[in-house]
Amino acid sequence: MTLSTTNSDAPTPEYQATAKKLGLSHMWVGFVAFAAAIPMGLYQVAERSNLFASLESREVYYASVTTHGVLMAYVLTTFFIMGFGYFAALHSLKQNVWSPLFSWAGFVIALVGTVMAAVPLLLGQASVMYTFYPPEMAVTPFYLGAALLFIGSWFWCVDMIVGMMQWRRANPGMAVPLVMFGTTINALLWLWTSMGATLEVLLQILPMQFGWVDTIDPGLARTFFSWTLHAIVYFWLFPAYIAMYAIMPRESGGKLFSDELARVAFVMLFIFSVPIGFHHLYMDPQQAAGWKLLHMFGTFMVAVPTFITGFTILATLEISGRLRGGKGLFGWIAKIRWNNPMTLAAMLSMLMLTAGGFGGVINASYSMNALIHNTQWITGHFHLIFGGTSVIMYFAVAYWAWPRITGRRLASTRMALWQLWLWFWGMLLTTLPWHVLGLLGQPRRVDTLPYGEELNALWNPHEVVMFSGAVMLTVSAVLFIIVLVRSHFSERLPEVPEVVFATAIHQPLRVPHLLNSLAFWNWAMLVYMLASYGYPLLQFAFIGTPQSIPFGFGE
Amino acid sequence: MAFHIDKLEKRWIFMVAGFVLMAWGIQIYYAVQGWHPPSNVEVIDSAQLHLATGVGGDEFSEQNIGVKRDADGQLIVTMVAARYGFYPQEIELPQGEAFKIRIASFDVLHGIYVPLTNLNMMLVPGYVSEATTMLNNLGDYPMLCHEFCGMGHAYMFGNVKIVPQDEFKL
Repeated sequence: MTLSTTNSDAPTPEYQATAKKLGLSHMWVGFVAFAAAIPMGLYQVAERSNLFASLESREVYYASVTTHGVLMAYVLTTFFIMGFGYFAALHSLKQNVWSPLFSWAGFVIALVGTVMAAVPLLLGQASVMYTFYPPEMAVTPFYLGAALLFIGSWFWCVDMIVGMMQWRRANPGMAVPLVMFGTTINALLWLWTSMGATLEVLLQILPMQFGWVDTIDPGLARTFFSWTLHAIVYFWLFPAYIAMYAIMPRESGGKLFSDELARVAFVMLFIFSVPIGFHHLYMDPQQAAGWKLLHMFGTFMVAVPTFITGFTILATLEISGRLRGGKGLFGWIAKIRWNNPMTLAAMLSMLMLTAGGFGGVINASYSMNALIHNTQWITGHFHLIFGGTSVIMYFAVAYWAWPRITGRRLASTRMALWQLWLWFWGMLLTTLPWHVLGLLGQPRRVDTLPYGEELNALWNPHEVVMFSGAVMLTVSAVLFIIVLVRSHFSERLPEVPEVVFATAIHQPLRVPHLLNSLAFWNWAMLVYMLASYGYPLLQFAFIGTPQSIPFGFGE
Repeated sequence: MAFHIDKLEKRWIFMVAGFVLMAWGIQIYYAVQGWHPPSNVEVIDSAQLHLATGVGGDEFSEQNIGVKRDADGQLIVTMVAARYGFYPQEIELPQGEAFKIRIASFDVLHGIYVPLTNLNMMLVPGYVSEATTMLNNLGDYPMLCHEFCGMGHAYMFGNVKIVPQDEFKL
């Protein structure tokens, strides 16, 4: 191991230069997508609320919902995860990517795909929601663009896996740095996760778009998509957890409570995220009850790594609070570094995870799911888990990474802290009314609410609260972009801050092989996937579903 | 290889394991009592719902839809979902009596949901969706489509009227 040098005359190692360029380009694409999607969110909330009659336009509304979903769920996430992944991986391993050309090729392919899908989305030619369920079809470039985005992201996956293998060969027996272990598991997770939607597009949608076949089985398409639809959420959540485990402890002035248990949590998140997608199909007719029950068991297993993470992160925060003089059962809470963006974001993220996780238990329930399936409750749930828990950590990572990339002071820590608090309260004010609205029977994904005055009277007070929350979220997003842009022009730091990751109280040099290698878990995933998706997919070969013809969405 | 685990962590993991077992237990308890989501895996030719010759027959043809009793006296509701409505557009059901609802899509993906109840199903073209439930409160409820199905999606809803059992006539 080399000791990191603080001598500013020493030439910057090549890996650092690559990490900065790859990190910055990817993350900026993600955040530009985020900035574009935010006003759409505000518009949608206003449009569907019935509070502003002049805004009503179903064509604009459904185009906006689809674009907002694609930009936030596919573009922001994928590019942020790739950028953060490159930045964390190269710094933690202190080695360059095996081929910068290969990495940049992935970036360009993903970017071209994004633009190719964005054009029809904005023109209203692909208003099929980001879930694009057949037999309603968008124009072909939408699917090709989405496919290119996926293909580009696989280049990153290969880079992460190759990087980890190279490092392990060069450092036999040593524990792969925790941040790299988590990032590589997420890359492997994404390869598995993205395969469901990829099969749907390759085997069903594109053959129909190209005119090779005339019909499609929507039941098979939904089964393929359920394979992607749940695990993708863990792909988004993973970098948030990685930042909490590997960056937050140092930023909060403490130490990580446990390195090994973090690895256990990562492995469990991997195994129990993909083969459990049927809780999205509980209300579907094309899968039998027994398979749904089987997936229910796995869905609840996700509680284990989630609770482990909650414990470790809160224990870590408590240690930092006590090191800073906090006394008594709760005294440490006042003493943690509330004025450090990463520490604050971790705390707020944990609070939103708690609220969102509670809702998730209802969604995962085999029979209670009927009460909330496809209601506004669902929209509330995933905004709390993704927009809240995950994205608030994306902000914190950006605030941490920007000075380390640009060599300039973060433009305003004060504004960053305001931004995080606003996001937190805005998210609660938006999503908690959505949960209530769902319980009161409001469906999701509707541009207006024509179901009668009685229901509207029940819903309206909550609509007003959610609108105020959406305004706060918008202000927060604007502040975020302002801080990032200003940080490119702020005062130059005397020295670029080092990229150093947190160590644990008992920092292990070596860990058990199963917590240092992915091969076994990859095979375990294959077996679990065959068991949970094998027959449910195979059945479509012999149940003889009469196929559906394609439809547009504009009629 | 040394695997360091704190005593507190061990205790916590036991608690989490307890939580998961409890959650599983609750799920199994209700599943055993017959609370299953709609899962009948039954295929039908959505493009030929009106023809007796299509796969699945003419159960959903115009003259066969509506509320009926079968030979055992069980209430059966047979419906078609098509852009942008449910057919028949209005049905009447007795308060608190279990009924079986069977519904097929005529075109694209739809859903059916009666707010404030557990009547909630996806309607996938090519498949028949079936559930057995009851509605306990008197009055009119919208039966609405809750899966995006095209530009008219928000206006796709019908009406279910719940009447006291002694006022219910077929």
